[in-house]
Amino acid sequence: MDTGYGNSVRRPRGLFPLLMAMLAAAVVLGGSGQGRAAGSGPAAKPTVRIGSTNFIEQLILAELYGQVLEANGYKVERRLNLGNREIVAPALESGQIDVYPEYLATYLTYLTKDKSKASTDAAATYRTLQEVLTPKHLTVLDYAPAVDTNGFVVTKETAGKYRLTRLSDLAAVAGQLVLGGPPECPDRPFCLPGLRQTYGITFKDFKALDAGGPLTVAALDGKQINVALLFTTDAVIAAKGYVLLQDDRKLQLADNIAPVVRTALLDKAPADFKTLINGVTAKITTEEITALNRKVGLDKQDPKVVAAAWLNQKGLVK
Amino acid sequence: MGRGAGAERDADVSAVLATVAWLADPAHWRGTDGIVTRLAEHLALSGTALTIAALLALPAGMWLGHAGRGALVVINVLNVGRALPSLAILAFALPVAFRLGLGLGFWPTVLMLVPLGVPLILINCYVAIRSVDREVVDVAWGMGMRGWEVFQEVELPLAAPIILGGARNAAVTIVATATLGALVASGGLGRYIVDGLARQETGRLVAGAVLVALLSIATEAAFDILERLAVPPAVRAARHADEIRLPGVAARRELGPLSAYVDEGDRGPALVERRRQKRESGG
Repeated sequence: MDTGYGNSVRRPRGLFPLLMAMLAAAVVLGGSGQGRAAGSGPAAKPTVRIGSTNFIEQLILAELYGQVLEANGYKVERRLNLGNREIVAPALESGQIDVYPEYLATYLTYLTKDKSKASTDAAATYRTLQEVLTPKHLTVLDYAPAVDTNGFVVTKETAGKYRLTRLSDLAAVAGQLVLGGPPECPDRPFCLPGLRQTYGITFKDFKALDAGGPLTVAALDGKQINVALLFTTDAVIAAKGYVLLQDDRKLQLADNIAPVVRTALLDKAPADFKTLINGVTAKITTEEITALNRKVGLDKQDPKVVAAAWLNQKGLVK
Repeated sequence: MGRGAGAERDADVSAVLATVAWLADPAHWRGTDGIVTRLAEHLALSGTALTIAALLALPAGMWLGHAGRGALVVINVLNVGRALPSLAILAFALPVAFRLGLGLGFWPTVLMLVPLGVPLILINCYVAIRSVDREVVDVAWGMGMRGWEVFQEVELPLAAPIILGGARNAAVTIVATATLGALVASGGLGRYIVDGLARQETGRLVAGAVLVALLSIATEAAFDILERLAVPPAVRAARHADEIRLPGVAARRELGPLSAYVDEGDRGPALVERRRQKRESGG
């Protein structure tokens, strides 16, 4: 392994002081970090680390919760756009973030790897989810009226050509069509495996793009894919006149928006933490979040600004 | 703490096993997401980018090297360009490709890779031509060769090893960086890395990384063979005598690879003379 440096005596000597300096710096920095944590003690309002996954709606939701907390004296650290659920959910469990917005049925199915646990009944799905979360020291707060599920869309042209209105119409022609969606779709129960089991749909090919983002839209418009996975609250569907195929066999379940929080933070924080978050969640309807998605996704406004205006308009922040 | 270290070692072992298992599955070699397809896509991406980069950089580098003027400005501008991260260039290339109607995937990735290759090829090419021994060039001028003849008959063959060295560096860098294309829906071996991360599939992810590493090594080897075929025998002998392999080494030396050439019995002018005779007898 170290034969490369075998003849060179100089290199290790040159590196040594540098290593020592780095070590010293690490000790100093580490020490100061600990000091700060100990000094702040059991603060009345803890710092909240808000996370989000990698699509626009998540950035907006994180801003909504973050700004309402900030307006009420909480210090908020934003850790947004971290990646997909496969990255963010473990980050929450391991305590690298404290809270992030989730979707009841998809999250429950992700955690249990069992599609039968979730249902179209939001209240029942919510209760089961909490049972699964308790041993993980996590708590799901109130769920919103807003539902955002995976939506499979085609262009008007494709819908006309193959006479598509429902997902079950797709089964007969899917062999000629290419589906585009996030790279994790082939593993997700509500994506490729679900389409196969529930509808008997097998596509000609799958193209890995992004989570309901600009790549997927561009690929659909550019005819590189024929069917796209977008989120049902995405305003681009209406704006581009895409046809959202009706989920007539109920593959998608109660995917109401609900923030998930580390129980430790909930115990530590004053009671207003829960009230503030739930206050925001109660106002998020499917129409409201679709409108917010439109402002950021299509009108290219800053999620921060959009969230602030909405909180103001709803009287959640004065 | 001890338990943590043990668990880490288990994770390492399971990562290796997962990678081997993933590679051993014949299903992962076939189809549109199979290794054969992804390898072909990777080669097409890299090959296109390298060709475009060479077409841009070689004439410019040769002219700068031959004329010796304006090189300072061009090389400094290119060096600033090299500081731009490829990821940023890719993010910039995507909307540009959309606007030009080039779509997703292939062309945005090529647009990112070309600026990566151009400076490496151009700077090496310039240095290669400049580092041809001035005594040899003077002899050529003295024999009455014209500018184009001096370039074609003397400078270019003698500079060939370093020019190819630049192309080799560019090719290896392009092959390695083409993996980023998967972020803009391009094919290629980077697909396995991006998808493996998204799906939390260690086997797929590490297999992708291993395949890209192997392809980089293969690229390096291919250029070795190419150099052996393309470099004139006399130059090869000179290179062998001087043991200069890396273009960077030559670039730092003022004399370049031909320092040994003239020292060892004046074969340089002899080569020029031989070529002149050949040309005259031919024409």
